Amino acid sequence: MTETSTDAAWFRGAESGDLATARDAIEHGSAAEPADWPMQAVEAGFADDEDDYYRLLHAATVNAAREAVRERERADDQQLRHGVRAMDDAERTANELAERAVEWAGTLFDEVSGGVEGAREIADRTPETTAEHRAVSLSRRVRELDDEAADLRAFIERTAPAVAPNLCEMAGPVLTARLVSLAGGLEPLAKMPSGTVQVLGAEDALFAHLAGRAPSPKHGVIFTHEYVHGTRPEDRGSAARAFAGKLAIAARIDHYSGDYRPEIHEELADRIATIRERGER
Amino acid sequence: MSLPDGVTRRDFDGREGLATRGSPVYGEPTDGPWRRWDPNRSKLGAMLELGMETGLGGGESVLYLGAASGTTVSHVADVCGPTYAVEFAPRPARDLLDVAEDRGNLFPLLKDARKPRTYAHVVEAGLDVLVQDVATRGQARVAALNRQFLADDGRLLAAIKARSEDVTAAPEDVFESVLDELREEFEIVETERLEPYHADHLAVIARPR
Ligand SMILES: C[S@@+](CC[C@H](N)C(=O)[O-])C[C@H]1O[C@@H](n2cnc3c(N)ncnc32)[C@H](O)[C@@H]1O
Repeated sequence: MTETSTDAAWFRGAESGDLATARDAIEHGSAAEPADWPMQAVEAGFADDEDDYYRLLHAATVNAAREAVRERERADDQQLRHGVRAMDDAERTANELAERAVEWAGTLFDEVSGGVEGAREIADRTPETTAEHRAVSLSRRVRELDDEAADLRAFIERTAPAVAPNLCEMAGPVLTARLVSLAGGLEPLAKMPSGTVQVLGAEDALFAHLAGRAPSPKHGVIFTHEYVHGTRPEDRGSAARAFAGKLAIAARIDHYSGDYRPEIHEELADRIATIRERGER
Repeated sequence: MSLPDGVTRRDFDGREGLATRGSPVYGEPTDGPWRRWDPNRSKLGAMLELGMETGLGGGESVLYLGAASGTTVSHVADVCGPTYAVEFAPRPARDLLDVAEDRGNLFPLLKDARKPRTYAHVVEAGLDVLVQDVATRGQARVAALNRQFLADDGRLLAAIKARSEDVTAAPEDVFESVLDELREEFEIVETERLEPYHADHLAVIARPR
């Protein structure tokens, strides 16, 4: 055994009972290739004999995996939830402030266009009067908020596929994050009947319906998906029902197994195609 | 075909089935210390049920890729020696931990089977058996990457899922191309479709070249 291969062993640097150090080594360490670790551990005095080594390895791997699972779970779906809410807040605030900035700048400069894009143009101007300074500065805040919203979107796009691979394939990362957020997490989403998934985000309309003031809503936030809004209005109810049904299944697979299942995506695509063909005839 | 030591056939509620000794894991029927190894829930169980020559005799050292919540690897650990179980999804791994707590020879690793460097400092060299059930694209590549853990006379027991490679292609074509790729690193000893237990899965037994 070469010195370098021993350097890579997970038990290197850990005392026999030191689970925290072992956890760090198991999680972050690496080796170019495996070696006869049990023998090396005994030679290095880490373990008394092979049985002792396996006993120590068992305690260390179970602890490391438990900590890693806990950390990843805590991380993922709640981070996604915060991310999408922050993105929505940043976007909404950017739009509101842009309106104010553009209105103000319109009294100071020529050719001011509207919205966040308009505010971005104003942000590039060189102000001269005190009033111009304020209007341009406000526009720069809009630009920063708009950049922040874009970064948050990128964060969601990176995080969602690991949290919920099947939901993400079906709904895209942002809608996945919205569903997880509205449900309060992946686990509560996985426990929802598909009828509830279908109207997630349409709570106001649902309460109005329950109070007898409105028809029952056919869709909530899933309306933003092409499968629903891209379907003719008279077939949207069917499309929303089919979509929500598969989303509920995807959420369960993502939560309970984490396994990617190509077939459910095929089935949904077929189902939507059938619903749409019906309307064409 | 002989069953590994520690695997036996027993009667469970009037139906004969494979069984191992260990604490129950997935609600399987039990009979005293024995618990049923359900071939419908386990591809390795189906391989044994179909009489494939897995070469398992009991007591082997094993690397298991794609352990999920531990259904199959629990039986493997019941009959084998040191068993390293790799799974990269946290949710099934949570259940795998409960299975490992009860089995001192089962070592769970939350790792990606496509990155053997990230666990080669834990998993020992010269293992007897590499079991693979990752159901993900690039199944042949995963086997090739993990060949380094196998002893020269070790064995690969793999379940290849056609739909994980290509949903649209005919399973036969997918299996042919996966086998071709496997042949670069392994010599194929035996193959068998896992019907009626698992649709569109090919079981492969191979030796390192
Ligand atoms: C079909 S399931 C395995 C079932 C398990 N072998 C049993 O019989 O109890 C496939 C598992 O492989 C895991 N998997 C897929 N790709 C993986 C990879 N690159 N590394 C580790 N695990 C992977 C999935 O998360 C999933 O849990």
